[in-house]
Parts: sequence; C-alpha cells; structure tokens
Amino acid sequence: MPEVDETVPGGAGVKQVPHRDPVLRLDGVTKHFGSLTANDAVSLDLYPGEILALLGENGAGKTTLMSILFGHYVADAGHIEAFGKRLPAGSPRAAIAAGIGMVHQHFTLGENLTVLDNIVLGTESLWKPMQSRAKARRKVVALAEHFGLAVDPKRLIRDLSVGERQRVEILKALYRGARVLILDEPTAVLAPKEVETLFKTLKTMVAEGLSIIFISHKLNEVMAVADRVAVLRQGKQVAQIPIAEASKESLAQAMVGRPIAPPKREPLPPGEIVMQMAGLSMSGAPGQTALQELHLLLYGREILGIAGVSGNGQAALAALISGLRLPDGGSFELLGEAVKTTSPAQMQHRGVGRIPEDRHATGVVGDLSVEENLILEASGDRRFCDLGMLRGRVIRRYAKDLIDRFDIRGADPTTTTRALSGGNMQKVILARVLSAKPRVILANQPTRGLDVGAAAKVQELLFEARAEGAGIILISEDLEELLQVSDRIAVLYQGRLSQPVAAEDADLTALGLLMSGHGEFERYRREAGHAA
Amino acid sequence: MRLEPRAHVPFWLNIAAPVAAVILAFAFCALLILWTGAPILESYRALLVGAFGSTFAITETLTRAAPLIFTGLAAAVAFRAKLWNIGGEGQLYAGALAATYFGTGLVTLPPLLMVPFLFLVGAVAGGLLLLLPVILKLKLRVDEVVTTLLLNFVVILFANYLLFGPWKDPLAMGWPQAAPIIDEGVLSPLVPRMRLHSGLIWAVAFAVFAWGFIRFSRWGFQIRAVGFNPEAAAFAGMPIGATVLRTALLSGGLAGMAGVCELAGLKGYLTLDLSPGFGYTGIAVAMLAGLHPLGVIAAAIFVAAIYNGADAMSRAMSISNYLADVLTATSLLLVLASVLFVRFRPRLR
Repeated sequence: MPEVDETVPGGAGVKQVPHRDPVLRLDGVTKHFGSLTANDAVSLDLYPGEILALLGENGAGKTTLMSILFGHYVADAGHIEAFGKRLPAGSPRAAIAAGIGMVHQHFTLGENLTVLDNIVLGTESLWKPMQSRAKARRKVVALAEHFGLAVDPKRLIRDLSVGERQRVEILKALYRGARVLILDEPTAVLAPKEVETLFKTLKTMVAEGLSIIFISHKLNEVMAVADRVAVLRQGKQVAQIPIAEASKESLAQAMVGRPIAPPKREPLPPGEIVMQMAGLSMSGAPGQTALQELHLLLYGREILGIAGVSGNGQAALAALISGLRLPDGGSFELLGEAVKTTSPAQMQHRGVGRIPEDRHATGVVGDLSVEENLILEASGDRRFCDLGMLRGRVIRRYAKDLIDRFDIRGADPTTTTRALSGGNMQKVILARVLSAKPRVILANQPTRGLDVGAAAKVQELLFEARAEGAGIILISEDLEELLQVSDRIAVLYQGRLSQPVAAEDADLTALGLLMSGHGEFERYRREAGHAA
Repeated sequence: MRLEPRAHVPFWLNIAAPVAAVILAFAFCALLILWTGAPILESYRALLVGAFGSTFAITETLTRAAPLIFTGLAAAVAFRAKLWNIGGEGQLYAGALAATYFGTGLVTLPPLLMVPFLFLVGAVAGGLLLLLPVILKLKLRVDEVVTTLLLNFVVILFANYLLFGPWKDPLAMGWPQAAPIIDEGVLSPLVPRMRLHSGLIWAVAFAVFAWGFIRFSRWGFQIRAVGFNPEAAAFAGMPIGATVLRTALLSGGLAGMAGVCELAGLKGYLTLDLSPGFGYTGIAVAMLAGLHPLGVIAAAIFVAAIYNGADAMSRAMSISNYLADVLTATSLLLVLASVLFVRFRPRLR
C-alpha cells in the first residue's frame, strides 16, 4: 500500500525508481473469449513521466487489455509487472495497491453522494470515520489544487457536468495513490473546451512523474497529447512508436490494417428546398436549450452541417426534426408542406429519416435481433406485415440483403443487436433509415464514438443518400468532420443559428469563435433574418 | 470467483441452468426436512408419488396447474412489456364474478357456445379491470404496482359483499356462495371420475396462442420492443400507449379466464375461497418460466406438483406442507440466480 496521506502521489514514489525503468510492463498478455482472441501476446512498457496512447478500433482489444491490467479479467497467458514487482492476476485491489488507477469510460460514481464521499468511498476506516474525513477533505483539496482539477468536494455528483464528474474520477484515482493512470476514452463525453482542460491536467501530471495510458481511437487527440503510441489491431500489437515518428495517416493505416481514404464529397448541384424554417422558436424540454428565431433552408442533394458545442440547442433541433416536439412559433415546412401536427411516425411518412444521437438508448432495441431492429420503423408495412402477423421469411430475406448491402459485420439476421460493435449498430440504424429512401435526413452525431473505418463507411452512406437527392442535416461537434463532409456549415450557439457558409469558404478559426459565441455571430444572425 | 460475459450462449445451457437450480432447491430443502427428523429420500418419494404417483395424483396436479397457466401467462405477457401487473388475483375474481353474473341463468346457450361465452365475459371483465390502473399509469404516471395490488382487495371485498348480500344463493343453507353455473356452462371432465376438466385444454391452447402472438404478430413485436426499450420504440414510431393498453387487455383477460376456469371447471359456484392466491403464484410461475409462454405450461405444472406433492408428503411424514412454499420460493430464487450463469461464465481464481 502506498502511503495514504502523501499529499502528492507520484512525487516521492518515482524518485525511488531509476528513470528509465518501466513503471509498468505487460509481457505477452493473451486473452481468449471462446473462439475470439481479444488479446494476442501483447507486450507494453510504460515509463515514468510519459503519456502512452493505446490506439485501436472498437473491438481491437484495448479495453480488454486494460481490464486485465486492472484485475477485472484474468489473462490466459502472460504477466504484468508494476514497479518491478509482479502483479497478482485478477485482483483490482492489488492493482490499486500497486499504484494503478483507472478512469472508466462510463463513470462509476454514486449520483446521490457528494464529491468527497465518492472519493473516499471504500478507503475509510470503519472506526474513526469523522477524524479521517477532515483529513481526507484536506488531501482532496490539496490534490485538486495541485493538478488543476477544480471541483467542490461538497457538491453532489448529480449536480455536476460530465467534465466535472471526470475530474472526480481522476481525483479518486489520485487519492488512492495512483502513479499510473489509465484513462479509457476520456474525451468521448467531453466538449472541445473540456478536452483542452483535460489535456492540460494530463500534462501537469506527467510533469510530476506520473504515467498515463490514454486509450483512444481519435487520431487528432493522440497526436496532440501522447508521447508514445501503441496500436492494437484485432488483439495484436501492430506498432509501438514515439509520437514524433508517427503521422495521422500511418497510425490510421496501422489501426485499420489497410490504407483509409476518407470518402470524397463530389460537388453536386443542389436540388429543390426540402425543409424550411423561418423565425422558428421552440422552448426546450427540461435541460434543453430553447431554439430562438431559427432560419434554415435545406436543399436536396446537400449536407448542411450544424456545428456547435453540445447543449446549445442541438437536442431541441433534433427533437423537432425527429417528430418529438412542435415549434412554439415561426414556420416549419417539409417538402413545401407546413408541419402542424407531429409524431415520429408522421415524420417517417413525410419522408424524414432520423439517425438519433444515442444509438443504444434511442436508436436500437438492444435485446431484439438485428432483423427486428431493421423493421422497427416499418413493421406495419404491407411488405412485412399481413393481417397483423409478421412475415418472417420476407423479413429474413430483407434483413440478409441489408446486412450485405450495408456491410454490417458480425451479424446475421437473428443476432442480438446488443452484441454488435458501435459501428455495426450504427450501420443497422443507417440501413433501416436509408432503405426507406428519405428526402430529408437528420444525422445527429452519426460518427461519434466510431473508429476510423466505421466512420468512413457512415460518411460514405450519407454521401450516397445525398447523391440520390436527400437533404441532410448533420449535427456534429467535430469541426474537421463537418468541413470534410458538409456542403454548407452553420453554427448553433445558445439556440441561435448563424448564417450558413459554404464549406470551401469556411475557416476553422471563424467557426471556432462562433461556436464559443464570439466574433461575428450576431451579425450573421441578423443577416439570416434579412435573408428570410 | 469472477464472471465473464459469454460471447455465445449454448442452447442446452438455457435448459440446464434452471433444471440445476431446481435440483439445488431440493437439496436445500432437504436440510429443512432433515431438521424435522424425517428421512429425506422417503419424504421426497412421498412428494413425488403425491404429485405424479397415480392417475388421481396426476389429474389433481394438472387440475391445479390449469388456473396457474392462465395467471402465469397473464404475468408473463404483462412483464414482457414491463407492465408490472400484480393484480392477477383481483382480475381472476373479476372474471369469476362476470361468469357468475352471466352464467347462472341470465344467458343460456348450447354448451358448445356457453363455455366460450363464459371465457369471453371473464376475459373482458379481467381486461377492463386492469385497464383502469393502466390508464392512470399512462395519463398520470401512477405506479401500477401499487394500484393493481390494491385493486385486488377492492375486488375481493366487492365479491365478499355480493356473496353475503344480493348474490347469496338462497339454497346454500346460509353459506356465502352464489348460485351454481348452469349445466351448459360447466367445463366437461377429461378423465372419468376425476376432477380434471377441459379448462386445462383451454389453458394450454391460450399458452400456445400467447406464444404465437408475442413471437409472430406485429402487436406482439411492439409489446417486446416497448418492454425492452420504450424510448427507442417510441422514436421508431411505435404507439407506446396503445401497445400498453393492448397488453393490459390481454394480461387482465388471461387472469380473468383463470377465474372462469376454476369456477366453471372445478367449484361450480362462486365462493370466497375460489383461489388460494393463484394470481400471486402466477407471478412466480411466469418468472420461473423466464416469461416464455410455453415455459409457463411447464412451470405451472411444476409448481402445482410441488403443492400437491407437499400435501401428500405432509400427510405421510407429518412434515408441514409449508415446505411447498419454501420449495417454490427457493426454486424461484435459484432459477433467477441461474440466469446470471447463462449470461456470464464463472471462472475460478
């Protein structure tokens, strides 16, 4: 056990270790799940004071490897050394005692407890709770200040933003004396601003001699923050190089195993107006930002990118187009017809295809099979339903056809959808939506959390729909994706939409300023008002 | 020991796990028998003989299973849609009340029509009774666990009032019981000189129907989708409210038919001991069956066999027949726990 009331973990411990001895050594770690080899003789070294990025597609074995390291799983072969000592397999307690801290992708915090409670949970002595509490508070405050992890120990977790919760998770690990921190996809849930703050914190921590394993599939972030990068592909380690010798292209190729060409947007003449909003206002659902005076024209054969940090009205805009809510004021027309009543089913009949933000919660019914999810929106269709009975054979054939056409991997029609990877689940949703030949498509964060290959496939499918004449609203936080995929880009900030600009003329800096509400935003909005 | 998720669940495991759980439950209850001082093997033998040892035992077990199949189906169908219908007991009495109202002389049809007619009015009464709490759930988000549970007492006390008051049969020598179901409405016996009646055939037929409905019909598909993930189902355009209402009618209807089955098949007239808690035991049956309508048949026969066998064991070995409750409860808990091992692989170390 490391000394518990050591104010700054890492500092004292690292000095005892000669500089170039690895703090962590994974040697030939192998893990099978049935016939699947999740990790195949993976060997890794982690040195003090460095950030090692662990890069790989979804399902490449990153999380399995870290679960073995942290003692959630037991490896079939191979072993792990921490600070020169062999780590007993299968014991999270031993991992924590050896100074390994893990921040999971999905936080493990008690919502109804305070920050301090969450941090000390499980470390308190049963006999002197009050005394150790004051001490604990002092230590947490000191740690938070030292590493710039600002968070009030008295607040309840449920009142915290996602970024703050992550800081609590990191503090929790540091409090337990972690000198090696494992962060599993830490940026997946963060807004760009919060990502910057996190990276700053990480740099401070490694400067103190801590070591960090940063799990990600986002190349930009890896290039920005890591010192070295290890790439996993299908459970095998395919590269381990200093970041200085890596390039985005080479890493992408190592991850996927073949050169990846991001799909190219062919210029197309825009079609007719398919969706129109003029002076549209809508109060937000609880926790949502309201939409104010929205002006928006969407043409066929175009992708209109909606940039902006999450929480600026994207949820309300998506709810509107999805058929979950009606506007309070202004006009909303689809294919020339005013929308007076709404429901998800009505929107489908009007020719709107909807790709929701959260695939697990809203996109698919995870416990149903792939074929059932493919007909989720069309179960009443004459093709699939006869006198109230589903036509099993027709549906089976239809599902097989879509699985082939949309390249849904690891699935046959009867596979439980929950078992699919994020990318393949998204393809199920795309297959369902696009096979209805929608005229208007709402794509809300369609590539979030997807690896390079799957994201490219999703973009390619959106391009195909565009070529067939659909107008697409693409909501994304990823500016680079928007610039690459969209024909025009508008920025949503606090429920207001800026005048769209052609992607060719768009400028990262100007868009970034708009996204934070600065610069030309007001002027754009007024222009939009005049235009309509 | 640690648990790892299974990539593929072998089919045999789905059967083997609950069977192993039941065997374990018997092993556990052997300790209780041991405690009373009775010989274990002989006691279990008495239980087995009491449940299946003779034509009489088998028919008695099946007679008891019939209403449990209905109430088990009622719970299974509702739970599939995450509609927590705890009101099977009340719906059972509602079905019996409706059958008594129409079946004691008000309507007379030839036997071929009278029996289906009684099942129909029983089902409608049970379904309508469940509609009330479900509408409150949909409109005002009132928790249906509480309302369906409390409605049980309302219905049973109402039946109490009727049996002591306006519906009391003047020919019953003062006992609180209603007039008998007319001969045309009585379910015919299946085995000569035994109590087993054609209600069992109705129950099995409805189990097959419920299975086909849930598995192959569009409404059944919607029930499953809404039960697993209402948000995604709503987003995909499925009518959540209508689906839940349909589920309620079906579930309440099945429980109502349990009342008709007991009334017209076994008792012949309505009394207040029509059901020894079939509505509640139906929940255990549904859970034992993993909410599978065909599994409900097996689970109902299993539970009925334990209760019947425990009575026989109690007589033969002078062990309390409460052991039946303990056996059922232990089996249920262990079967639920065994689901964990179906989904995850236990690893030692």
